Amino acid sequence: MSMNSQGRPTGTGSADSAVPDTVTGNRGLQIEEPLIFEQDSPGRCGVDLPEVPAMNLRLGSVKPRTRIGLPGLAEPQVVRHYTRLSQKNYSIDTGLYPLGSCTMKHNPRLNEKAARLAGFADVHPLQPVSTVQGALELMDALAHWLKTLTGMPAVTLAPAAGAHGEMAGMMAIRAALEHRGEAGRTRVLVPESAHGTNPATAAALGFTVDPIPATPEGRVDLDAMKAKLGPDVAGIMLTNPNTCGLFERDVRAIADAVHEAGGYFYCDGANFNAIVGRVKPADLGIDAMHINLHKTFSTPHGGGGPGSGPVVFSDALAPFVPVPYVVHDAGGFRLVEDANGSTAFGRMKAFHGQMGMFIRALAYILSHGADGLWQAAGDAVLNANYVMARLKDVMTPSFEGPCMHECLFDDRFLKGSGVTTLDLAKALIDEGFHPMTMYFPLVVHGALLIEPTETESKAGIDQFVDALRALAQRAVSGDVAYFQGAPRLTPRRRLDETAAARKPVLRWTPPAEPALAAE
Amino acid sequence: MRYLPLTEADRHAMLAAVGVSSVEDLFRDVPSAARRSGPVEGLPNHAGELEVERQLAAMAGRNIPAGSVPSFLGAGAYRHHVPATVDHMVQRGEFLTAYTPYQPEISQGTLQVLFEFQTQVALLTGMDVANASMYDGATACAEAVMMANRITRRKKAVLSGGLHPHYRDTTKTDAHFIGFDVVAMPAAPKGGEDLMAQVDADTACVVVQNPDVFGHVRDYTALARMCQAKGALLIVVVTEALSLGLLTPPGEMGADIVAAEGQSLGNALSFGGPYVGLFAVKEKYVRQMPGRLCGQTVDADGRRGFVLTLSTREQHIRREKATSNICTNAGLCALAFSIHLSLLGEEGFTNLARLNHAKAVQLADRLSGVKGVEVLNDAFFNEFTVTLPRDAAEVVEELAKRRILGGVPASRLFAGELPEHLILAATETNTDSDMDALTKALAEVL
Repeated sequence: MSMNSQGRPTGTGSADSAVPDTVTGNRGLQIEEPLIFEQDSPGRCGVDLPEVPAMNLRLGSVKPRTRIGLPGLAEPQVVRHYTRLSQKNYSIDTGLYPLGSCTMKHNPRLNEKAARLAGFADVHPLQPVSTVQGALELMDALAHWLKTLTGMPAVTLAPAAGAHGEMAGMMAIRAALEHRGEAGRTRVLVPESAHGTNPATAAALGFTVDPIPATPEGRVDLDAMKAKLGPDVAGIMLTNPNTCGLFERDVRAIADAVHEAGGYFYCDGANFNAIVGRVKPADLGIDAMHINLHKTFSTPHGGGGPGSGPVVFSDALAPFVPVPYVVHDAGGFRLVEDANGSTAFGRMKAFHGQMGMFIRALAYILSHGADGLWQAAGDAVLNANYVMARLKDVMTPSFEGPCMHECLFDDRFLKGSGVTTLDLAKALIDEGFHPMTMYFPLVVHGALLIEPTETESKAGIDQFVDALRALAQRAVSGDVAYFQGAPRLTPRRRLDETAAARKPVLRWTPPAEPALAAE
Repeated sequence: MRYLPLTEADRHAMLAAVGVSSVEDLFRDVPSAARRSGPVEGLPNHAGELEVERQLAAMAGRNIPAGSVPSFLGAGAYRHHVPATVDHMVQRGEFLTAYTPYQPEISQGTLQVLFEFQTQVALLTGMDVANASMYDGATACAEAVMMANRITRRKKAVLSGGLHPHYRDTTKTDAHFIGFDVVAMPAAPKGGEDLMAQVDADTACVVVQNPDVFGHVRDYTALARMCQAKGALLIVVVTEALSLGLLTPPGEMGADIVAAEGQSLGNALSFGGPYVGLFAVKEKYVRQMPGRLCGQTVDADGRRGFVLTLSTREQHIRREKATSNICTNAGLCALAFSIHLSLLGEEGFTNLARLNHAKAVQLADRLSGVKGVEVLNDAFFNEFTVTLPRDAAEVVEELAKRRILGGVPASRLFAGELPEHLILAATETNTDSDMDALTKALAEVL
């Protein structure tokens, strides 16, 4: 055995490579972490507060609370708890995150720094406008970029997420129809490949959802669409580029036909990243489109939000933009906060929108500039096409021709292997990658939708492709057990989702009490 | 461009592998009339970190940070001290840059956080279960009303005049387009409204806020009982989550649904967003809830783990039959909320609530001594309303010129109504000298 001068062995130890059962259940850097409620010591506290002065409570008839049941921990325990939990997450910072239609690109830290400047983070939404001129200026600057990049005359920054933006867009369409005295238009055309939020939004607003079939080329069937137009049609909700990763070639004809029939064109802008800075959606004939700032403009996804979903509007819908919005006049910037007495259709949420996301998005936009956005969209599309080219001989692409920012495969290549799309995805996890979007869109069987984004290097993409090629070949070679047992190297292996839904346990309860039973 | 790893050599090699000669060839499905030949005109080109930081810092510099001056603003957003630990943990890339936990094997961090968050929210509100968060308090309120419509199969909501007007308007907007009726009671700065007079056989729910927008705290136990007798649900809105550390929680008063704003814990004011909506219900209504839910289960080796569950309520499964179209929620803000609450624990949370109440009592007493100022509230938490002998919005502007953020004029929220009402909040961040400065300046401008 080799030793250093202190007698400390410096070799690699024995060649026995079996993963041991440890005493603690920990596995090196993967540390088991109990719930925070299981680390309680009554009376312990992670903050030091000044003494509460003696006083007579002024609570009227409301009784002061006795016990809540929160656990007591000191600061170091809290830091360790969340550090250990964080280490059980895959993230963009960890590696390639090719979730199709989610645009998981690098989140620059400059954006985080900017959002934390006291002049932004520590400003109350109801301060007098004379004390928040910079905040309103920032909103105005972002609005200007969004309008210029899309070619659209109006925007609302209020919606809190993409789905919330869809709601705002469809509300504006409804308001415009009511204004025209055509509230009887209640049918909305939605392609089968649409995100689930599209039909959910339309249905929530009382529209009837009328699905449009796709062509064998993965695009809207123009003739079928035209055949569905009529005097009861409010409009169409179309994602472009669509969820198959394809640009809708007939988009102008679709827009013209919808307009001719008296309807409006809502574009789902979830995939704007493919065309930002290269195509102005106004040139495609749209009336409204939401922009997910957390996709195209890289505000962090945060494990499921917060997002931000500004919506741009055409002249036809601009009068109905909800409150609040920023106006600029001789006195500086001010906010219009009340919809009464105007055609504004109402209000989407409290206050003025997701300001923290606006700052991050503007930092991203200013960093890229017009030339950087042009390049970013180009690289996003190139990366997706490169993935497609390198995988098409071992997997089955669903459609011919160039894709946009994401490429779609179906599970024909797995036919007869016993391995499913899900199994393949789980095996990819053991290779150190987050899986692609699975089983969406619904228009192909066992979909695998891969969106590498522009912030991946060629070497990183090559490693991902090599892993996926090897897995695809292994799957068809008959090694089913390997895939069905995957993943094996993760903090948890496959979880029983059926049991979770059948008997939901949605909160911790103290062990002494019986578990919360459904009534 | 510093965020783009591809080199020119990479691009050439990749184009060759794809079999096209230029990136523009890949855009050939775009109609040529819409395909641009170069970057959008009239916009600047890329910039380095230093330049971008300079531009944004200049804009930030044109605002007055609330913490740099005596500040007494509330009305739905509250300035509290957030321990340094919170923001450091939130900025861990594994939390910050992860997506919704669709792959549970590699998302146990986010999932366990959500499970703990749901438990914390249920405990705070005194309810059985809570979801994994909503966009904010106002959208949570609107979703609560729609949920009540689904449960009761009735179509009318009665909104208290003490409900924050932004919450009221968000709900009314949904009501107009989604098709239900809203009876919004007039602003009630002194309370005394008769909500039950509006409740009929078509009423799905009554919505009250505690403390209300004017700061009044009330016991809604009797109202809950009366609603129940009429087959209507009671929805309690809370805009100051810290109040749950001192007041009897809505669950104990008999609330069916609690819709709250969680910004007070862990989250910066940030000019109004992003914040975090809290949503808690009685167990029997779980399957009618909007939004994501995290549940406990076991993995293939029998170890405890967590997954998103009951997703058959949701848009990605149910499409047009979903309970809500919500997809993204407020994950990272929920994490900040959860970390702050974990640091506080039982003792810290209840003490911080009492400290806030003490500050507000102190401020109310100080302001009562200013000539012309009348405090309207007998019972309040950390916020109350005063009437002034002149226009409150003008007074606030004059205070701002003296570098004091002296409260929210009610007229700003109520479209010009209640011109002489001023809503003031005091938190642990307010010092004696802040209160001296406000009292002195107010006496001068009145």
